[in-house]
Formats: sequence, structure tokens, C-alpha cells
Amino acid sequence: MSVKTIATQRASMNIPTGRLAVWWVLVSEIVIFGGVLVSYLMHRLGHPEWGEQAAYTNLWAGAFNTLVLLTSSLAAVLAHQAAEKGDGPKAARLLYLTILGGLIFLIVKSFEWTHEIQEGFTLQAGGFWSYYYTAAGLHAFHVIAGMGVIAWVASSAKKNQELHRVENVGIYWHFVDIVWIFLFPLLYIAK
Amino acid sequence: MTATAPAAHGAAHDPGHGHAPHRNYVKIWGILVVLLVVSVIGPMLGIRWIMLVTAFGVALVKAYMVAKNFMHLDIEKPIVHWILLVALALMVLLYGALAPDVQKGAGQGWKKDAGFHHSFVTSKPHEAGGHEKPEKPEPSEHDRP
Repeated sequence: MSVKTIATQRASMNIPTGRLAVWWVLVSEIVIFGGVLVSYLMHRLGHPEWGEQAAYTNLWAGAFNTLVLLTSSLAAVLAHQAAEKGDGPKAARLLYLTILGGLIFLIVKSFEWTHEIQEGFTLQAGGFWSYYYTAAGLHAFHVIAGMGVIAWVASSAKKNQELHRVENVGIYWHFVDIVWIFLFPLLYIAK
Repeated sequence: MTATAPAAHGAAHDPGHGHAPHRNYVKIWGILVVLLVVSVIGPMLGIRWIMLVTAFGVALVKAYMVAKNFMHLDIEKPIVHWILLVALALMVLLYGALAPDVQKGAGQGWKKDAGFHHSFVTSKPHEAGGHEKPEKPEPSEHDRP
């Protein structure tokens, strides 16, 4: 079997290609989420009456989901720590815990949205609700994508292969966590 | 400019980062949870400035802690800091460029309602660029055949 050689290190920057690529992805994500959040912020400041609509969001569901994502981030960074020690199976187990966190987050979100839609707060119910579903939906899409990639990385980590990817996928997951850290006060607390 | 190496290696250690410093991640998570509790309880006091500090100020602290300790941004290469700064600067630029217009509720001859709909407040809509056509003036002597 021939040895496959690819560029794994950017020599000029002394940073692994994979990790640099993840950071570039995050830069584009900052532009995407930043556009949504900044746009929401300026409209919210321009429309104080949106506070009345925001009063209907479920603070406790949002807080619980924040706790879930923070805990899943802890699992992801512990997986990175295990990978650095060369313990692939442990890293994989912790990554599966991270995925579980994402799953709980989505389940809570689906119950929350079902209730809100039944109450008549749909995407077209007002300016606030348009932003609410757009921002939270875009974030949920990133959670789903992250869960898929983490599952793929965990499957190879379990066999002690490609352990450097554990850190890369963790960086992405922490970013998803940070986005939610800002969405939570914007959509659930400011009323 | 790249260096090449076998792709199928299993080592987590990479020369560009080294091992992440030993940190007590569980303790950091505990602090984040305490900050979460503060951000929930603070706004319940009903005082606006406390709400702003506990909700948004604490969010900034939490985001900083996650970026520093979980993403290890504090030991990341300068190029990463620079590209992140550029993205964040774009956010500030976007806000600075659009906020003066978006946050205005009214202007010369127009005002906005909660649904983003603009309405004209002048008594002569056509002067404010309205869709209603002005009344046709009577034809003058020169216009008549």
C-alpha cells in the first residue's frame, strides 16, 4: 500500500491545515451569524415594541438549552484532552456525549417551537418572530451539521485514527455554543 | 507554502499547536453555569441597567471564557487572531453603516410602523414619492389643438 501524502501543515504559519481550515470556516460563519445578529439588534433597538412579542419566548427552555450546550462543549474539550493523550476510545465516548447534548438541544427546541406555532407565533406573526425563527433555525441547522461531523470523527477516533480531527471538530462545536450564548439574551431575556 | 506528511497518522499532537495547557475544564464549566444563573436571575430584578449587565455583559464574559479555554484561542497562532478580527470588524462596519437608517422610526415625510411598513405623513403623497398620481392639470391654451 502506497503512502498517501497531502499537505497537513502550513509551513509559513506553522499551523496544521485542517485547523486553519476550521478557523476559516468560522470566519465565514461569523459573517453569516454576525449579519443576522447585527441586523436583529438594530431592528430591535428601532422597535422597542418587539419586547412585547419577545415576552412570549420561554426563558426556562432557553436557559436549559444553554446549560445543555455548555455541557456538550465540556464533553468536546475533554474529548480533545483524551485525544491528546492518545486515548481514542475515550475521546470517541466523549464525542458521543457531545452529540447527545446536541440531540437534547434539538428536542427541547422542537417542543418549544411546536408550542409557539400552536399559539399562533409563526414566522409571519411579526418582525420579532421572523428573526427568532431565522436566527434560531440557522443555529439549529449548524447543530445538526456539527452532530453529523462529530459522529464521523468519533467513528475514526474509536479506532485511534485521525485523532487531530477531535480538536478541529471541537473548535467548531464551541463556536456553535458561543453563537447560542449571544442568541439566548437577545431572544429570551431582553423583553 | 506547505510541508507534506503522511495523512494517515493517528497522533493528536500537532507541531503547530503543541499540547493544550492543562486546565481544569470542569471548574471552567462550573463558572460558566454560575454565570448562566446570574444572566437568568439578573433581569428578574426588573432594573434596566442590571438586565443589560447581567444578560449581555455576562454573555460577553461567557463567550470569552469558551473561546479562551475551550477553543484555546489564547495559545492560537497570530494569523487566527487576525482573520477573526477582520470578521468581527465587518460586523461593526455593517452596524455602523446601516444602524443610522434602520433604527430611525421616522424621517422627512415618512414614518415606519412595527411591521417595517413605511407610510407617508405629508398631505401631498406625490411630493413624498407616493404611488398616487397627482391630479391632471387643466390643458393650457398652447396644448389645445
